[in-house]
Amino acid sequence: MSLKKVHDVQPKDFKFSNENLKKADEILKRYPNKNKKSAVMPFLYLAQRQNNNWIPLAAMKYIANLLSMPYIAVYEVATFYTMYNLAPVGKYFVQVCTTTPCLIRGANKIVNLCKEKISPNENEISKNGNCSWVEVECLGACVSAPMIQINDDYYEDLDEKNTKEILDSLIKDKPLKPGSYRGRKNTAPEKQNVNGENHA
Amino acid sequence: MLKPENKIFKNLYNDFGWEIDKAIERNDWKDTKNIISKGRDWIINEVKTSELRGRGGAGFSTGLKWSFAPKEVGSRPHYLVINADESEPGTCKDRDILRFEPQKLIEGCLIAGYAVNAHICYIYIRGEYLNEGKILQEAIDQAYKKNFLGKNACGSGWDFDIYLHYGAGAYICGEETALLESIEGNKGQPRLKPPFPALVGLYGCPTIVNNVETIAVVPTILRRGGKWFASLGRPKNTGTKIFCISGNVNNPCNVEEEMGISLKELIEKHAGGVIGGWENLQAVIPGGSSMPLLSKKICDTITMDFDSLIENKSGLGTAGIVVINKDQDIVACMARIARFYKHESCGQCTPCREGAGWMWRILDRVVKRKATFGDIDLLSDVTKQIEGHTICAFGEGSAWPVQGLLRHFRKEVESRCREEPLIKKKLNNPYLVDQHLLENKNA
Repeated sequence: MSLKKVHDVQPKDFKFSNENLKKADEILKRYPNKNKKSAVMPFLYLAQRQNNNWIPLAAMKYIANLLSMPYIAVYEVATFYTMYNLAPVGKYFVQVCTTTPCLIRGANKIVNLCKEKISPNENEISKNGNCSWVEVECLGACVSAPMIQINDDYYEDLDEKNTKEILDSLIKDKPLKPGSYRGRKNTAPEKQNVNGENHA
Repeated sequence: MLKPENKIFKNLYNDFGWEIDKAIERNDWKDTKNIISKGRDWIINEVKTSELRGRGGAGFSTGLKWSFAPKEVGSRPHYLVINADESEPGTCKDRDILRFEPQKLIEGCLIAGYAVNAHICYIYIRGEYLNEGKILQEAIDQAYKKNFLGKNACGSGWDFDIYLHYGAGAYICGEETALLESIEGNKGQPRLKPPFPALVGLYGCPTIVNNVETIAVVPTILRRGGKWFASLGRPKNTGTKIFCISGNVNNPCNVEEEMGISLKELIEKHAGGVIGGWENLQAVIPGGSSMPLLSKKICDTITMDFDSLIENKSGLGTAGIVVINKDQDIVACMARIARFYKHESCGQCTPCREGAGWMWRILDRVVKRKATFGDIDLLSDVTKQIEGHTICAFGEGSAWPVQGLLRHFRKEVESRCREEPLIKKKLNNPYLVDQHLLENKNA
C-alpha cells in the first residue's frame, strides 16, 4: 500500500476537454455496456494528463458521475494505484527505481544526485519549479540498471556522470534523449566490456 | 546451448524491426488459418504434447489450463486475458516481447482465444510500459488492417478483438484474480479461489489468464509441432525460455536459452561472467525477487529449470536472475526486497499486510546492527506465520526470500546481531510504528 496524501489546495471544478470526451467515448466501447466501471482507470489517466499530471478530487467526482459509480469507489482506485498523482508534480517527474537489481548497481548514488540537484525530499518541486522526484519500486528494466523514468520515458544504463547531465538538462528545460546511456542496443549483451568497471 | 534455428524470439533485441511486414518475413502469421482449421482439440492436445509450462511464475501446464475452460459457450461469453503486468524485480522479458515481437503475441492471442472459445481478449499491460503499449497498439492496428484481427480474423471464421488495458503501478495486479478485479474497475485485491477464473473470472464469465511469453511461444509450437518443443530442455521442463540476467555481471542482458541450461554457463557465456570472477559470487536469486536465493555452492552445479530449482528449495519463477557478488551487503539486498513487499502488499490479508512490514523492520535493524539474537527467531517465526495464511501467493512471495536468507546466510545475519542487553536500553525502534511513516513528515 502506498503512502499518498491528497493535495491541500484543490480546484473547484473539473471537466474533460472536448478532445478527451471523444477519447472517453472510444474507451467505453472497449468494455461491455453493463460494465462501464472498467473505464475508471483509463479515465483517471485522461484526467491526470489533462490536469498537469495530477488528479484533483473534483476530477474523481466528475468521473464517478460519468460512470455512475459511487465517488468513494473512484477515490479508492485513485489512492490504491501508485501511478495516480494526487498532488502536483514537476513538469519533469523523475522516478528513480531503487529495488534490489538497481540498488546493486548503484541506484543510491542516483537518489543522492536527485536530492542534490532537484530537492532534498521526495515529492518536492525543485526551486525553479519544473522538476520533482520520487523513489519507486521495480520499473521492469532490470538488465538496464540503474535506470530512471522521466515522465513517460526510460533512461537506462546510467552512472553518476550521465545522471548529472540528464538532471541538469531537465532543470534547463532541455531534456536529453531517453534510452541506454552506454550506447548499447536494447537489452543485448555487450561484447567489449570485460573489466566490469563502467557501471555506476 | 540453444541452436540458432531453434530460437523462437529472433527479434529480441530489435535487430530486424518489429513492424508487421518484418514480422511476416520472420514467419509470423504463416499458416495461421490452417492451424485454426485443425480445431480446438488438436490445438490443446498439441500444446499438451509440448509440455509447455506457464512462463509467468507458477509454471502450470498451459494445455491443461486451457482445457479447464467450458467446452461449450453457455449464456456467458468467454474471455482471454493476457498478463503483461510485469513487475517482479529482476524480470524484464515481457517488455522486449511487447515492443519487439508484438505479432507473436497477437497471433498467439488469436489462436489461444479460438482454443478457449473467446471472442474478446484484454491485454493488461503495466502502466509504466507506456511506450511499449504504444508500439503494441500500433502492431494491433497493423494486424487489423491486414484482417488478421476483427471479423473473420485471418480467414478463420472466428471473430476476435484485442483491447489494451493499462495498469497503474500495482505489483499485486500481476496476480490473476487481482488483475481481473483491476480490469473491472476496482482496486487490485485478489479473490478467493475457488471458483477459479476458468469458470468464474472477468465479469463473472469463464476467463483464461496467461502470461505474455506463454502465449507468444504458442504459434511457433503449433507450426513446428509440440514434439519439437518437447525435444528441447528436459522432460516436464521443455522448450526455450527468456532469461533476464541482471545485477553484478559484466554484461547484463536478456537472452533466450534452452530450459535446463546450467546457471554457470548462462552467466559466463551470455552475461560476461560475474564481476570479479566466479569466485567472487555470493548468491543468486534465480527467478525474480520472490524466489529464495541460492548460495554459491548450489550455483556451481544448478541447472535452470522448474524441477531442479524446486529440489533446491527455490523456483524458476519468471527466470529473472539477479546475481549478487561479494562486494554487496546481502542482508541489505534482502532488506530492500522486504521493503518492496511491504510497499506492494495490497492490504487485504492481515498476515501479509502486517508481516511484510515486520520483516522489513527486523531486517533493517540487522543491517544497522541494532538487532538482537532473539530477532532472528522472531523473523523466522513471522515468515512462517505469513506463509500459507493469505488469499494469494504474495504471502509466500514475501516470506520465501527471507527464509532463503536465513537458510543460507544465517551466520552472516547472526554476526550482525548482539545479545539482548540485561537492562533494556531505549533503542528507539518501535515495533508497531511504521518507520517509513516516522521518516516521512508528509505521510
